[in-house]
Amino acid sequence: MSSTNVTIAAGPRSQPEPFEIHVEAAVLSDLHVRLRETRWGDVADDDGWKLGTNPGYLRDLVTYWAHQYDWSVQEAALNRVPQFTAAVDRARLHFVHAKDGAPRLPLLLLHGWPDSFYRFHKVIPRLRETFEVVVPSLPGFGFTGPVRRSSPEQQNRQSAQLLWRLMTEVLGHRRFAVAGGDGGSALAQLLAIDHPESVVGIHLTDLGWHVANADRSKVSKVERKYLEAGEKRFMADGAYVMVQSTRPQSLAPALNDSPVALAAWIVDRFHSWSDAFEDAFPKDELLTNIMIYWVTQTIGPSMESYRAEVVSPSLSVADHVDVPVGLALFPNDIGGIPPRAFAERTLNVQRWTEMPRGGHFAAWEEPELYAGDVTSFFQAVGGSWGAI
Amino acid sequence: MSVQPFQVSVPDSVLVDLRQRLARTRLPPAEEDAGWEAGTSPAFLRRLVQHWQTGFDWRAEEAAINRFSHFRASIRGLEIHFIHERGRGDAPLPLVLTHGYPDSFLRFTKLIPLLTDPAAYGGDAADSFDVVVPSLPGFGFSTHPGREGATFEVGDIWHELMTKELGYQRFGAHGGDWGSTVTEHLARSHGHSLVGAHHTDVPFWHTFQKPDDASPAEQAHFARTEKFMHEEGAYAMIQGTRPQTLAQGLMDSPAGLAAWLVEKFQTLSDCGGDVETRFTMDELLTNVMVYWASGTIGSSFRPYHDFTQAGAMRWIVEKAKEWIGASKVPTGFAVFPKDSSRTPREWAERFYNVQRFTEMPRGGHFAAFEEPQLLAEELRAFFRPLRPGAR
Repeated sequence: MSSTNVTIAAGPRSQPEPFEIHVEAAVLSDLHVRLRETRWGDVADDDGWKLGTNPGYLRDLVTYWAHQYDWSVQEAALNRVPQFTAAVDRARLHFVHAKDGAPRLPLLLLHGWPDSFYRFHKVIPRLRETFEVVVPSLPGFGFTGPVRRSSPEQQNRQSAQLLWRLMTEVLGHRRFAVAGGDGGSALAQLLAIDHPESVVGIHLTDLGWHVANADRSKVSKVERKYLEAGEKRFMADGAYVMVQSTRPQSLAPALNDSPVALAAWIVDRFHSWSDAFEDAFPKDELLTNIMIYWVTQTIGPSMESYRAEVVSPSLSVADHVDVPVGLALFPNDIGGIPPRAFAERTLNVQRWTEMPRGGHFAAWEEPELYAGDVTSFFQAVGGSWGAI
Repeated sequence: MSVQPFQVSVPDSVLVDLRQRLARTRLPPAEEDAGWEAGTSPAFLRRLVQHWQTGFDWRAEEAAINRFSHFRASIRGLEIHFIHERGRGDAPLPLVLTHGYPDSFLRFTKLIPLLTDPAAYGGDAADSFDVVVPSLPGFGFSTHPGREGATFEVGDIWHELMTKELGYQRFGAHGGDWGSTVTEHLARSHGHSLVGAHHTDVPFWHTFQKPDDASPAEQAHFARTEKFMHEEGAYAMIQGTRPQTLAQGLMDSPAGLAAWLVEKFQTLSDCGGDVETRFTMDELLTNVMVYWASGTIGSSFRPYHDFTQAGAMRWIVEKAKEWIGASKVPTGFAVFPKDSSRTPREWAERFYNVQRFTEMPRGGHFAAFEEPQLLAEELRAFFRPLRPGAR
């Protein structure tokens, strides 16, 4: 198992400390100067989304950001759920921890890129009725921020280990559930592979980035078609991955210096990977997610997982998740719904739900569908956890 | 005739605005020891932005640029900016030099005097050229029509510039990067006007026409090209597929624009890892300023879009197909060892009437800037037998 090859940091940890988001006025006034002074480029012939982020939409969004969006309202809403930070090794992890009354199965919810812990804000109220909910800002992201690594090896596996230590050593859980999508899917799989003794099961909305490397000659025709469609899609819409995994340092300075740059880069992904983009993501919600990157200056560190997976991969198609896996597949996620047989090559699939609508940010776009599926899955596989 | 004198003159308001943006630059938090492996070195960028604010003098650079004779011509609804410097000699040969991305007409500023006045630089006045250096449409001070496919008209526009506007009947052409594509376009579509064509690379899109009988050297060349696209080609992919997603941000952040552009000068030049051995910070920033002041980063991405989207395939299939097989125009190559392409001779011979092919001892992608003397000698030698009356 590849996990034995990587030095897993086991440095000190601390008890959780309550945390509230509070962005300094100077950061907000600086942002307003930048927004007001946005230097707009010429609009080319295409006023849609064919050449990337729609220039007209972007202008509306920045205007809204500068004149109507109210961070203080959003900040107060974010602070309505209890948040903490805890030191684990060299990281100081930020996390939402929503725990009501009697002991319940702990559920670790893992976001991806370019979202944040905010991905789950609509499902936390529903899920906390059944679970003890833990939503971290992933290493490199948001209020966790950049994490100094003890080694360049398998950094995403190191991140998974930090999360495992958060759940076990800091929060004291022997067994817990994990759910996630995008980068969160990969981390959930790494947790399941490295700590099957701790992980009751994992619930995913996608198979993880690594399955694109599956050997075409060893799969069925249907699977091959799926992989080829994915490759075609990557050539048309995957350039952000190429940039982030090979030359992130050439991109990050613009995104960290210019709010319109950051918004354009992030919004393009939300548009590409959702059903009805403007209905699914009102401007307030999109901007709050973007603000989490802006005020923490984490767009650079958030891209590190892409390059890390090229320099020293953590997950490969040879890996297999043995703990029970639930999959909720949303039709407008990247590449659409995969063939079940393909998922079963790497995952112990126990639940398979093809959703009628929704995209990549399912927990955010279709909170009812998402929360319902997560709850049903863990009620089936994690039902006896209380006896543990 | 629409040629009008032109001077580069950036309004004060642009410089004041730029100063304010630079002063509030928010560089990302970065590991101090990060080098260039993952893109522009954060430490170098920090120094560069510092120098931009405190040491760089745009007005001095602008004055130096304006020592050349600049013009603009209205051609096909575009304003085409170009330098036009007359040669010193009895019969200067007209020569159009075409730049690429992410450089600009500045690519040739060190080369121009060596070509116009060879006698002043240890050469022979008989080798002198009338030099024309246009800015590609949508780059620097040339306008862009703002529609798809404009890249495929540049050769025709250059021909109009050289013949109708400047009155030359026959001329030479040289280019690298996009300039190589334009040079080939001129040779293919306007061969009767072309004395000779000189390149530093075979345009990358010829690799879409891979032959069945590729030699080992050609196969190695394809593998190199593929490796380059895989490891360093992300810029071309984003600029080709999602240009607007990136361009608006680079319009708004000077540090961001510098980071995006400067990376290529480090990776593609013969600098041994230290970009400053080939380009001073002033030189790098002056080139960045051409993009910044003109607000053309978005339109400079258009050739990538033209070539990666359907329009390019149509162009290549319909137009370039008839180009397979050597063009009649005598063609020369100067291949520089640190360029991204480094074409083998037999690959060039598939598409051109190769009369001269020189593997250069040093230099990279920006050869005209890095090794102006070497390139000048090559150009003189290549065009010498092609000049009218030469034997």
